[in-house]
Amino acid sequence: MTTSTESGLILPKYRRDPEGTHPALDDPGYKSTRLRHPKQPLVLLPHKLTEVTGPLLGPGRLGELDNDLTRQHAEEPQGQRILVHGKLLDGNGKPVPNSLVEIWQANAGGRYRHVWDNWPSPVDPNFTGVGRTITDAEGRYEFVTIKPGAYPWKNHDNAWRPAHIHFSVFGTAFTQRLVTQMYFPDDPLFFQDPIFNSVPDEKARQRMVSRFDMSRTMPEWALAFEFDIVLRGAEATPFENEEDEEEDE
Amino acid sequence: MSTPSQTVGPYLSIGLPWEDGPTVVAEGTPGAVWIRGVVTDGEGTPVPDAMIETWQADADGRFDHPEDPRGARPGFRGFGRAATNDAGEFGILTVVPGELPGEAPHIDVSVFARGLLHRVVTRIYFPENERANAADPALAAVPAERRNTLIAEKTGDGYRFDVRLQGEGETVFFDV
Repeated sequence: MTTSTESGLILPKYRRDPEGTHPALDDPGYKSTRLRHPKQPLVLLPHKLTEVTGPLLGPGRLGELDNDLTRQHAEEPQGQRILVHGKLLDGNGKPVPNSLVEIWQANAGGRYRHVWDNWPSPVDPNFTGVGRTITDAEGRYEFVTIKPGAYPWKNHDNAWRPAHIHFSVFGTAFTQRLVTQMYFPDDPLFFQDPIFNSVPDEKARQRMVSRFDMSRTMPEWALAFEFDIVLRGAEATPFENEEDEEEDE
Repeated sequence: MSTPSQTVGPYLSIGLPWEDGPTVVAEGTPGAVWIRGVVTDGEGTPVPDAMIETWQADADGRFDHPEDPRGARPGFRGFGRAATNDAGEFGILTVVPGELPGEAPHIDVSVFARGLLHRVVTRIYFPENERANAADPALAAVPAERRNTLIAEKTGDGYRFDVRLQGEGETVFFDV
């Protein structure tokens, strides 16, 4: 559906994701939510101009080696080189081109280059763990990086985060903004991780797990993982007036 | 079909903040104002590992985006991004957006932090626009006694807008 504004602009409308797709803000298993999740109900926001538009951030945001996290220092980082690639798509299966993708991650030993991370695994002087790229005309992106390690945290007794890479994507509308984490197939730590398991729907959870991609491994050089990211889609049915739209919520 | 949201975690500040993120407009831009605030949790403790992002129209109420064929003023990015500091403070240098079709001037805000599995979204409105605010459909959907959490306070160099994630005076958050 679409919404018309008083100025006569016809705006697309983005459908909300099915229940269970995203984590609840309150998750007792993940302790940090306790004092941070809003307790009042969220107020439904109609999609107007501010929500159907969004920042279109171009190549100006990129440095030359931002998509290769193994070449940002004088020497190569420790660990297993990997190619991470995939497509940025909307919920209608349409590629999202020219869109900024940002990643950050721990090093091969599971340590972040951050002043607050001080668990006894060494910092790698040749790894910052930060990458950026822009999707191409077909919505594709690629990074060369190092497989991050798992690391302990204090959420519960003997808690370990499964290996993961943080992803931040914008899409083309404020409604599509997404920060997520990419996981690796068959990680033995999934069962005890409240952040991975905060996603109620099992199929939705699996959409955060990348696929080992033999076809894109680089011989004598790097393994490869494929990770497609799907953002909210627009309503399919064009419609002309706002009264009808409200009934659908 | 959508990929689920996950928390930014405690180390978002290695990957997300940009040097020019907090300046939606360059310093010295006519009409530029600072919007400053503190993000606090349910005990009123400042949140030092949060980031806010802002998205807004230009001073004429127009967006630099294909869905707005009117277009924005040249070079107007409309987007701001600021991590909180150790005291939970953030600041964005921007201009007050113009009136939008059928809506009072406002800025959309996303809040990300460790402990938030999904961003939370709020809006900044401006205290001088009493009439437009009274007619704004999003504000009208908010219980009257909570509307003040969405209205910035005038200060010496701009506005103050605090984000209270939980508890006393909890900020209104929207389901987008």
